[in-house]
Amino acid sequence: MIALEKRPEPSRWLGFATPLFAVLATMIAGGLLFAALGKDPVAAIATIFWEPLFGEFAFYYRPQLLVKGAPLVLIAIGLALGFRAGIWNIGAEGQYIIGAICGAGVALAFYPFESALIFPAMVIAGAVGGWAWAMIPALLKVRFGTNEILVSLMLVYVAEQLLASMALGLLKNPEGFGFPGSRNLQQYPSAFNADLIANTGFHWGVAAALVAVIFAYVLLSRHMLGFHIRLTGAAPRAARFAGVEPSRIIILCLGLSGALAGLAGMFEVAGPSGQITIDFNVGYGFTAIIVAFLGRLNPIGILFAGLLMALTYIGGDIAQSQLGLPAAAIQVFQGMLLFFLLAFDLLINFRLRWQKGATA
Amino acid sequence: MITRRILMASVAALGLAGAAFADGHAKTKVGFVYVGPVGDGGWTYEHDQGRLAVEEAFGDAVETVYVENVAEGPDSERVMTQMALDGADLIFTTSFGYMDPTINVAKKFPNVKFEHATGYKRADNVSTYSARFYEGRAVQGHIAGKMTKSNIIGYIASYPIPEVIRGINAAYLHAKAVNPDVEFKIIWAFTWFDPQKEADSAKALIEQGADVVLQHTDSTAPQAAAQAAGNVVTFGQASDMAEYAPFPRVSSIIDNWAPYYIARTKAVMDGTWESVDTWDGIPTGMVKIGEITDAVPADVKAEALAMVEAMRKGEYHPFTGPINKQDGSAWLAEGETASDGDLAGMSFYVEGLTGDIPN
Repeated sequence: MIALEKRPEPSRWLGFATPLFAVLATMIAGGLLFAALGKDPVAAIATIFWEPLFGEFAFYYRPQLLVKGAPLVLIAIGLALGFRAGIWNIGAEGQYIIGAICGAGVALAFYPFESALIFPAMVIAGAVGGWAWAMIPALLKVRFGTNEILVSLMLVYVAEQLLASMALGLLKNPEGFGFPGSRNLQQYPSAFNADLIANTGFHWGVAAALVAVIFAYVLLSRHMLGFHIRLTGAAPRAARFAGVEPSRIIILCLGLSGALAGLAGMFEVAGPSGQITIDFNVGYGFTAIIVAFLGRLNPIGILFAGLLMALTYIGGDIAQSQLGLPAAAIQVFQGMLLFFLLAFDLLINFRLRWQKGATA
Repeated sequence: MITRRILMASVAALGLAGAAFADGHAKTKVGFVYVGPVGDGGWTYEHDQGRLAVEEAFGDAVETVYVENVAEGPDSERVMTQMALDGADLIFTTSFGYMDPTINVAKKFPNVKFEHATGYKRADNVSTYSARFYEGRAVQGHIAGKMTKSNIIGYIASYPIPEVIRGINAAYLHAKAVNPDVEFKIIWAFTWFDPQKEADSAKALIEQGADVVLQHTDSTAPQAAAQAAGNVVTFGQASDMAEYAPFPRVSSIIDNWAPYYIARTKAVMDGTWESVDTWDGIPTGMVKIGEITDAVPADVKAEALAMVEAMRKGEYHPFTGPINKQDGSAWLAEGETASDGDLAGMSFYVEGLTGDIPN
């Protein structure tokens, strides 16, 4: 029979290899699923992973990978800093919404006035909005010891109500015939977060995501603060003896992740989405949690994980349309990815042992 | 360097794509973008029935593709672009929130025809279409007003947009006409499809004494909640929801997109497609009233059917004056009927309804 035995030390090479194993296992299990649905598994997997990158219309899908991946990476980087320190911000979706409302709010307040200062003001408003929304669970935790998982999650629903109210009230397009939704910022040059180079998908949000990756990498591996964050997560008591102030780390990690989520929302509303609508948020804040873990809470890993996740979304939609795969099958496929990753992660700290006979 | 490679690749591929569009492919390809799952039993289900009817009608001459659960915003824009790149000739985008994305994509593909449901932005290659669901609401209101014993009618509203407000007003006016004591309790669910939320809303309304529940959301959850309560009347929404007949579901409004989808596909095949704004109802069959079951007294059923027939012949308009607005100001004079412009942008309750439209 098989038994698990703790490794004396976590396996380094498996740390790098398990994400690849997980992707491979997902392809195999997903292929079986697609076959059970009566679709050609090889064609389905190829459509999801190959078509967006190297297919006939890759020139369109590759930029879309950036558009879809950037908010995921931006949010996941912030979350990972907190997760490293054992601070669980589950409410990035709410911070993303508030960032978008604040960013769009600043732009619409100035409409139709044109100025080069509007976009920077929107960036600041977006970051501050997300930061402020994350400060609610942070301060409650520091002051009253509340659970940040619950508070940040609940605030997502509050943010969604606020979003609906904005789309129907304060930010509603006055020329929209009574329909909900704000003016489209894509038609407001000073506020439009356009591609920096046309048709590449490379907008300011993508640039911000790359900067965030580098910043987080340097912070975690080269900076004292990064060391404190890691230490707080790995050994809270040791961290305290080393003079780390836990409440400082809590405020810092939640604030940073909130600000990054707010930025992601602001770049999205100013660019690809263009509008504050009731259904503006599509779950980036939650998917980013998966991305953060898929990337092993490592900034470089998160960059690749975000792009991989974006790939499964884009490829999944192509597979739906070209092969008639149901959306639910694609979602199961994406779920498998996280499932296998967590399952294989066990092998980093444990190894499998064949044992003879039953243990007494 | 990466960007340059992508740019060069895109230039090359654009050339290819252009060539692919120019050669007339044998089959007419029709794409459908859905906001919910095809199995929602309501809004998206009926659009998908329309798609299947197109396949049925033209057989091998058409190929249909669809993507379900497409979020409004950039995701929908990508899915539409993908369909256009894959050679779709006609694309139906079936949710209000697809409006700006549809216009954006249509600009990039002038040779592809687009049909956007329930919106108001058109272009040379973008039509809009919607159904006069309020005609069905009038029939529901009549039956509801007659059936209620508590005189409290619950209404699960989705979003405070003109279409939903029209429905509430139409139902209320016709309930009030047959039952002056009737009162409407309205819950705004802020969703089109969320079985859990819809069930909670239905339960809350029933607890407040409603013995008729109307819904403008797409799932069958309110039907199940009414069935559990035992003595509550419901109506199918968007789809027949016949699995809950004969009771609690006593009738339904069915969105029947099939004739329109077939006609528009035919127009693309014949090369006669033009950008139009279509707003059809009971007369053309775009809105259908599902079977009125025997749970409804025979005389009420006969009155309801007579109203349907009058609307079919164009003899009766559900918004015929005198009608005042909620604040008591006059809207329609005696015998005056509402203009389509007034209806399209309706953002007020009629007199007698209580509460405010959220904003």
